[in-house]
Amino acid sequence: MTNAPPLTASHTLDLAQPLELDGGQKLDGVRIAYETVGTLNADKSNAILLFHALTMDQHVVSTHPRTGKPGWWRNSVGPGKPIDTDRFFVICANVLGGCMGSTGPASPARANVAGGQTYAMRFPVITIRDMVRAQIALLDALGIERVHAAVGGSMGGMLALSLAANFPERTRAALVIASTARHSAQNIAFHEVGRQAIMADPKWQGGNYGSGKGPENGLAVARMAAHITYLSEAGLTEKFGRRLQDRPDGTKGAKTFGFDADFQVESYLRHQGLSFTGRFDANSYLYITRAMDYFDLAEEHGGKLAEAFAGTKARFCLVSFDTDWLYPTAESRHVAHALNAAGAAVSCVELSAPYGHDSFLLDVPELDRVIAGFLNQ
Amino acid sequence: MNLRPDLAVIAANVAPGARVLDVGCGDGALMAALRDARQVDARGLEIDSANVAACVARGLSVMQGDADTDLADYPDKSFDFAILSQTLQTTMRPDLVLDQLLRIGRKAFVSFPNFAHWRVRLSLLWGGRMPVTRLLPVAWYETPNIHHVTIDDFRALLTARGVKVEQAWFLAGDRSTSAAAANLRAEHAVFLLSR
Repeated sequence: MTNAPPLTASHTLDLAQPLELDGGQKLDGVRIAYETVGTLNADKSNAILLFHALTMDQHVVSTHPRTGKPGWWRNSVGPGKPIDTDRFFVICANVLGGCMGSTGPASPARANVAGGQTYAMRFPVITIRDMVRAQIALLDALGIERVHAAVGGSMGGMLALSLAANFPERTRAALVIASTARHSAQNIAFHEVGRQAIMADPKWQGGNYGSGKGPENGLAVARMAAHITYLSEAGLTEKFGRRLQDRPDGTKGAKTFGFDADFQVESYLRHQGLSFTGRFDANSYLYITRAMDYFDLAEEHGGKLAEAFAGTKARFCLVSFDTDWLYPTAESRHVAHALNAAGAAVSCVELSAPYGHDSFLLDVPELDRVIAGFLNQ
Repeated sequence: MNLRPDLAVIAANVAPGARVLDVGCGDGALMAALRDARQVDARGLEIDSANVAACVARGLSVMQGDADTDLADYPDKSFDFAILSQTLQTTMRPDLVLDQLLRIGRKAFVSFPNFAHWRVRLSLLWGGRMPVTRLLPVAWYETPNIHHVTIDDFRALLTARGVKVEQAWFLAGDRSTSAAAANLRAEHAVFLLSR
């Protein structure tokens, strides 16, 4: 018999203290659902806090309980992988506002908010920094003073930057992939399309759809619009071009002169939208996209991004992809310049990958090399 | 570690513990040597992403960027030394890059291949074509060296810009050669400059 812990373990933590939010409210009874991979060493110095992206969750390597699909970063996290769990203890928590076990709009509201119901739209509007605060509380509960690195892609990168800026003593390094220090007008615009699609669905009912079928059509449209921003034009062209679907009656790729999904790209997007509704809560989508839109790290620090990092001792690495038009390289460079001005040790690299924003989740060997090299210091 | 001769000269003359910016740092060989042997706090700027990835994998802090455009983002006198090794001749505006180096660094090391070395001269004189030599191994149409420069040209630029030469080293192969007739005899020059 060995005492070796299982490769991954799922946990929940109920915060004893209320969480103070940027919006001025205090949130009572916050629960954080998280997964750990690997083993925490005796002096608790080998932890890596991994932050997930908008629609992902704590299932980094474990099979997703709703979709049955493998964890979202199994490519990069595991024994001998770039984030080597033989060496590091990886923690990934579902963000505050999420829908995979951490407190969010679908959680039962506390008695003083609304008896016996879920929060729905009574959930307070939260920020990226609030999400980080919840995870700082998690580190406190685990007795981890300082993590080896905070790591995240996309929204996860925003959390990593926010943690490094607001809680500089809690991490020795930040690895920020395909991310940004602020949401642009275009980023906000795409999110607003998604939110309006959800709220225009009559089944949304002001957010009070309860545990029944929510605004699935609206949420699917939101996902379709967002999904386009995760891919590159060249990637879409290569994968689908103008190719037509084969019809159920056996007709090979012909136009129907109707509004079925004639084009393969339409069919693909519809599938993406529909499968999303089975695993994600519409109100969570509203709250998390709002938090991302509100994110502007410079604004939190007197309008100067360099001020956000003044005096930091952490090492930083920013990675972008040449085909990512959601958070293009210019955004990473903007952060890197601020870090340089703050005298921080920073690396910044644009990698070439054909898949657009989603490249960070896919197999990009050079990314693996950068991750491993940066973390193994 | 076996450093390129011009890099070995630079590595031997950077003060221990200094703050250094290596512009065009390649795969980070010099930075790693400075860090490991002289406890130097080294930062790099490099245009090629594969090289930046290699640097990050060595634990170095390197920005992907272009010396012609991105040096403007660094604050004044933020480094003890700015280093430009074998990169001057690849920039669009070597004169402006030189100005930036001496703005960012208190001192600057600049090394470059000397286009007036006798082999280059002979090659052009007898062959009548752009020299392809051991040190300049690439044909004119695909060379990254778009501004070939001689030691005397460089000295003239320094004078015109009011730049002071603190020290200079001249290399033929991996041996040093005297300053006398360096423009003819040196394959490489390394200058330590200040304003």
